[in-house]
Amino acid sequence: MFDWVQNIANYLVFDVLNMNMESHLAEALNFFIYDTVKIFILLFVVIFLMGIINSYFPVDKVRNYLSRKKLYGFEYLMASLFGVVTPFCSCSSIPLFIGFVKGGIPLGVTFAFLVTSPLVNEVAIGLFVGLFGFKTTIIYVVSGVLLGMISGIILQKLRLEPYLTPWVKEILANAEKEQEQFISEKQTFRQRLPIIWNEVLKILKGILPYVLIGIAIGGLMHGYIPEGFFEQYMSKANLFAVPISTILAVPMYSNASGILPVVQVLVAKGIPLGTAIAFMMGVVGLSLPEAMLLKKVMSFKLIGIFFGVVTLCIIISGYIFNLIF
Amino acid sequence: MGTLIKVLGTGCSKCKQTTAIVTSVVEENNINASIEKVEDILDIMKYNVMTTPAVVINEEVKIKGRVPSKEEILELLKQ
Repeated sequence: MFDWVQNIANYLVFDVLNMNMESHLAEALNFFIYDTVKIFILLFVVIFLMGIINSYFPVDKVRNYLSRKKLYGFEYLMASLFGVVTPFCSCSSIPLFIGFVKGGIPLGVTFAFLVTSPLVNEVAIGLFVGLFGFKTTIIYVVSGVLLGMISGIILQKLRLEPYLTPWVKEILANAEKEQEQFISEKQTFRQRLPIIWNEVLKILKGILPYVLIGIAIGGLMHGYIPEGFFEQYMSKANLFAVPISTILAVPMYSNASGILPVVQVLVAKGIPLGTAIAFMMGVVGLSLPEAMLLKKVMSFKLIGIFFGVVTLCIIISGYIFNLIF
Repeated sequence: MGTLIKVLGTGCSKCKQTTAIVTSVVEENNINASIEKVEDILDIMKYNVMTTPAVVINEEVKIKGRVPSKEEILELLKQ
């Protein structure tokens, strides 16, 4: 599908710049051009599609639905999927959290949403398709959704309501299965399109530097580090690799755009996919800035338990990934 | 009496963009309106919005969860 991009990259590097095919620099540059063009095409497509879904997606109705119906466990899946389609702007996570609590939606279901939302989003999906192909992307998305569900179910079982901050507990006590009336925006597709379009450009512009830096680092590593270099340090046989890389990743923060191109090269150079993905999930899904935000609604103890459970689930999924691939 | 515009948001970049857009529309068109930034989460929740930024005009939520364009704001203020 992207042969033509490779041809352009070859032409630019070997013909226009007349670089030696064997040199590391030529290889790194070729890889950089090819990856950048391909990834931006895919990012554009995925972000645009998600933008359309998002524009029509009735956040309020889903919340009302979740709080109204008894769904026998199905609500965890719904909340998790809900996290996939909602764009993750950290500033929205607290209002959404409170909105869920107010609607009498169980805490665990809300957590399912909170976990999946940063892990699986349009930027991550676009990058994943570009770097790892469709099959791995689907596996990643499915495991991201499952991760949210399972963490949510475990957290629900732990009965954590007492560890919310007092004002949230008050809201919880007054939670009604209210069906709030929301004013929904009635716009035609033609009216929506320019808004969606602007949003797509804004997201792309925002992540551009991170992706470029990520790909540049990736490109350098690709050209200079020999194949299989990491295998000797982080092979599948090394059982500590997954937990160590996950725990190292949790305090770090980067969005998917910066970290994924690097992860791809790490995998190409011999780090098992599961270990790499566990690392990435740790970086993207949990972070200190997020913990600071959550402090408004949760006690330190609750944040600790939340991070602990999710970290554990990420480690387990890392092992599973390594078993599959 | 002028229009009362409130921008709801906990202070992320999108919320700041929204405030900037609203402010410039009001200034450029000499609209008699006062703009208020609502950053306290408790106050934001009173408007039942779950996605920020949101724009409230005369206590009615008009836009939520995205940064509006200048034209949109102008259109809403003309009503």
